Amino acid sequence: MFTAFLIKYAEIGIKGKNRYLFEDALVHQIKFALKKCEGTFLISKSQGRIHVEAQGEFDYDETIEHLQKVFGISGICPVVYVEDEGFEKLCDRVVSYIADVYPDRNKSFKVHSRRARKDYPKESMEINADMGESILKAYPEMRVDVHNPDILLNVEIREKIYIYSETIAGPGGMPVGTGGKAMLLLSGGIDSPVAGYMIAKRGVKIDAVYFHAPPYTSERAKQKVVDLAKIVSAYAGPVWLHVINFTDIQLYIYEKCPHEELTIIMRRYMMRIAEHIAKETGCLGLITGESIGQVASQTMSSLIATNEVCELPVYRPLIGFDKKEIVDISQKINAFETSIQPFEDCCTIFVAKHPVTKPNVNIIRRHERNLEEKIEELVQKALDTKELIIAE
Amino acid sequence: MEVYLDNSATTRAFPEVAELMTKIMCEDYGNPSSLHMKGVQAEQYLRYAKETFARILKVQEKEIFFTSGGTESDNMALIGCARANDRRGNHLITTQIEHPAVLNTMRYLESMGYRVTYLPVNSQGCISLGDLQRAMTPGTILVSVMHTNNEIGSLQPIAEAGELIKRMNPNTLFHVDAVQGFGKAKIFPRKMGIDLLSASGHKIHGPKGTGLLYVGEKVKIQPLIHGGGQQMNLRSGTDNVSGVAGFAKAAELLYEHYEDDVKRLHRYKHYFMENIRKMDGIRINGLLPGAPDGSGTAPHIVSVSVSGVRSEVLLHALEEDGIYVSAGSACAARKPQPSVTLKAIGVERALLDSTIRFSFSVYTTKEEIDYTLKAMYDKIPMLRKYTRRR
Repeated sequence: MFTAFLIKYAEIGIKGKNRYLFEDALVHQIKFALKKCEGTFLISKSQGRIHVEAQGEFDYDETIEHLQKVFGISGICPVVYVEDEGFEKLCDRVVSYIADVYPDRNKSFKVHSRRARKDYPKESMEINADMGESILKAYPEMRVDVHNPDILLNVEIREKIYIYSETIAGPGGMPVGTGGKAMLLLSGGIDSPVAGYMIAKRGVKIDAVYFHAPPYTSERAKQKVVDLAKIVSAYAGPVWLHVINFTDIQLYIYEKCPHEELTIIMRRYMMRIAEHIAKETGCLGLITGESIGQVASQTMSSLIATNEVCELPVYRPLIGFDKKEIVDISQKINAFETSIQPFEDCCTIFVAKHPVTKPNVNIIRRHERNLEEKIEELVQKALDTKELIIAE
Repeated sequence: MEVYLDNSATTRAFPEVAELMTKIMCEDYGNPSSLHMKGVQAEQYLRYAKETFARILKVQEKEIFFTSGGTESDNMALIGCARANDRRGNHLITTQIEHPAVLNTMRYLESMGYRVTYLPVNSQGCISLGDLQRAMTPGTILVSVMHTNNEIGSLQPIAEAGELIKRMNPNTLFHVDAVQGFGKAKIFPRKMGIDLLSASGHKIHGPKGTGLLYVGEKVKIQPLIHGGGQQMNLRSGTDNVSGVAGFAKAAELLYEHYEDDVKRLHRYKHYFMENIRKMDGIRINGLLPGAPDGSGTAPHIVSVSVSGVRSEVLLHALEEDGIYVSAGSACAARKPQPSVTLKAIGVERALLDSTIRFSFSVYTTKEEIDYTLKAMYDKIPMLRKYTRRR
């Protein structure tokens, strides 16, 4: 029966004079999300509300599912619009609305009206009382509860009159694009897509970088990362995925540096390369899926070593999360099944049996000097040959 | 240069096959079950296909059934016969190195209460007839032995096994999975005591999604797929006319030049192995003792273990030069556990994950083999230099 939705947004309501920027971004994101749905939609902004109206045939469940991926939406209310044809007609409409939406009417309710159009003949208190009476007359089995009703029936009187009573939770957060852009280091594991999702939730647009190491990692491992970028893009909008061929750099480090430090030094170069691309593309930070102590390269000492090569801030939204908590989010965003496909990524192929867990930055720096001869050339070559894939 | 040496995974279709199939799909697209002319035309293709296979296998046309591929044929043979003959016993025999289409179907039958004996193989990947003889019981309903192993190319003593089985118990059915052997060897079910035989279209330059099961006329078998009663009620479903015709066309073309092709493939295999052996740390799996030229094994499969190089890495390194091979076997390549066949023939642990398979086809040329050899000579020393240190 519903063909329209009232979109509620929480945090962006309080952004003062920038508010319109946030609202426009939200409208844009909703349009993008609904492009993948059956049907056409009219999305409009009026008086602090965003309306989504289906034009003709559409799939209700699919539409809700897509709206639930748009950050910035706190609630989705299926709504009925009626013309103002006098109060009695309105009461009739409300009564039939209840019949349609609540087949079981053994419930308590409260009418909550708002009179945005002040020339409406009744005040909101009057509307509440009189409409409540009509409802009770029509359905004697219902009862009024003004403190904790089963049904909170909203009636908003504007140019048209809105009737709605259900709110489907949205994902919260802020509309993507309002918080700038950041570069996600996407590995193909469980953590990094979750990290991207979490930062996107704060309104940040996501670019990503993946380090590919053929022939040690396969085309399928790369495809898996593209798939993960697509999953993130369902929330974050199109993701620009930069694919860096890392093989020569990795082999060179392998040749010149102590084996236990391979992973740390490799990660330092990944951060450097990621930052380079980030700055080029206007990103304001890096994002990783690191969590303290999860593996040798994520101890606090290791994080010092990888952190110090970057000027941009490195956002690590999972830093205090346990694996289980990360997996829960990964499953929620439908990334888990993709993440656990067994393809080797470039971090594991040459990994030492006992990598350093407490690297000393001075020693690492000294060992990196072994690379002086060729490393800049190799990094430049990797940057020059990078491949761009737009995942959406 | 593109060099496709993964022909045991699948093959390039013959252009004649594709042409014929296009014609059928676009022009002679009728349903053979229809009464009108369009249906009759389509039926002609089925007849042609049955005739072709009956001629190649030297069996009767009514003994040929078409399926969706080797896996379905194997399932139909094993499950269909186990069910139809369970009053005679509940014992089945197979080998440890069958394709998963047989092995996992056997495991399914075990879960249904059947008993299954898995015959071991020697280091050449062959079963022993003595083992088979000892495994046979009066309650053995069916024995299933593959013709050509898909990973190492070993050949089983099919005719001898058939003779032994029939001598010990004429009621025991003999199924042969010939998905890798069909088109590369002459297989005559009647002469070899074979009651059921599986083959697949896409392994012989035909289309994917096509297969056949030969079912001897006296075999008791139940259908797995029920429906409109096509194919004498044994395998319902609208006949895959274009697929079946393409499959038959491929078989026809392949057997036209059969002798020359097989001889040439054997020569290439010998040449390839001889040159590969010039490198250190190489082991070629599944050869017969005293036959380093590969005689007595499949003409198109070479399984090579390269010490110190992970198979997946070597595979991708060859891929960079346009050479496509397989790590173990394609069906096993996406699973992390090592190959059952390689374990069964006693390949040492360290080499299990260092084994790749080259498989040739009638399209393979000497030039391609030389190109591949050169790539191996170039890449293997480099790959050995950068291996995981322990």
